Amino acid sequence: MAMMPQIVDVVLLILLAVTGIAVIRIRNLFAAVMLTGIYSLVSAGLFVVMDAVDVAFTEAAVGAGISTVLLLGTLALVGYKEAEPQHTPILPLFVVLVTGGILVYGTAEIPPFGGVDNPAHQHVARHYIEDSESEVGHIPNVVTSVLGSYRGYDTMGETAVIFAAMVGVLLLLSRGPLPKRVFHDGRWYTVKPGTTRDEMIAQLGAQEAPDPTMGDPGPDKESGPTQEDAHG
Amino acid sequence: MDDRVILRVGTKILSPFILLFALYVQFHGDFGPGGGFQAGVIFAAAFVLHALVFGLGNAVKVMPPKVAYVCGAGGVALYLAVGYLSMFRGGEFLNYSYLFGVYGYEHDPTHGQHIGIIGIELGVLITVFGVMVALFYAFAGRRRIDP
Repeated sequence: MAMMPQIVDVVLLILLAVTGIAVIRIRNLFAAVMLTGIYSLVSAGLFVVMDAVDVAFTEAAVGAGISTVLLLGTLALVGYKEAEPQHTPILPLFVVLVTGGILVYGTAEIPPFGGVDNPAHQHVARHYIEDSESEVGHIPNVVTSVLGSYRGYDTMGETAVIFAAMVGVLLLLSRGPLPKRVFHDGRWYTVKPGTTRDEMIAQLGAQEAPDPTMGDPGPDKESGPTQEDAHG
Repeated sequence: MDDRVILRVGTKILSPFILLFALYVQFHGDFGPGGGFQAGVIFAAAFVLHALVFGLGNAVKVMPPKVAYVCGAGGVALYLAVGYLSMFRGGEFLNYSYLFGVYGYEHDPTHGQHIGIIGIELGVLITVFGVMVALFYAFAGRRRIDP
């Protein structure tokens, strides 16, 4: 049974490669989004094998969960079909091969996985493991001590970055009031200040044709795209 | 909405357990894998599931977008508040050992550390939860429009 971790590693890495190639090859974006979710889940499995349980937890919750849902929400807006590429993939393939080759070349001098003499274990890691009980208290999960107390500044910055991400997305996507002149469907419209985008669309909605790529969302416009996601 | 009985009933049964699991992940973070970030995402996932199955209109009634925005900012504010409190009690910024003052530090600094970590993890949970729900609303609430 000594070979067991290696077998698990190989199986997971093969699954990862198959999923990655499938994401590249497939033209249906819905299937591609689902496959990226599977990719994240397999990565989470790999992190578990490498004993990074906290990272695996985050990868499974964010990568396979929330971001898949957000990507599906985006697909509901932009359609499920990827356009046929106009160019030959030779130059991108060349760039990818060269970059991948450099990365593989760089791994040649990386210290062995989990080695006791690795530089990462020589600096503060020993201090965290030996002294966190007396300094931070009885917290068996040292990751929590490090993230919460020793690197409190880091975690504060991460939290602020997440908040900034919300502000940025809301600035770009939220349905606030529009300016007085709005370009829509090939011509300029004059709208009253304070009119929301939805109200404007409702006024124009009569002459707007249903979108063939998305299907008719039905009378309930608010929940139309999300309900389609649940259908799969 | 009418014929998906299994989805609707399943969601109703699952939702409280998802919320409870998020709280378990939050408060068990001291002992096992987990913490504010993962717990916030799982907490938000319950509301996202509700919105996917029952529609955005019903989800907004349960969890108004404004509450999500306030959560997103309030968590960061709570984090900063814990940091400043330990500063005003005589320590450095985010040095939770001084959370109960200098005398608390001389008595038992790990007590302040414990409470401080719980406080900042709660801040992370609230921010991540609010941001995830707000992001989902922002993406799902739009409908297609020509540029």
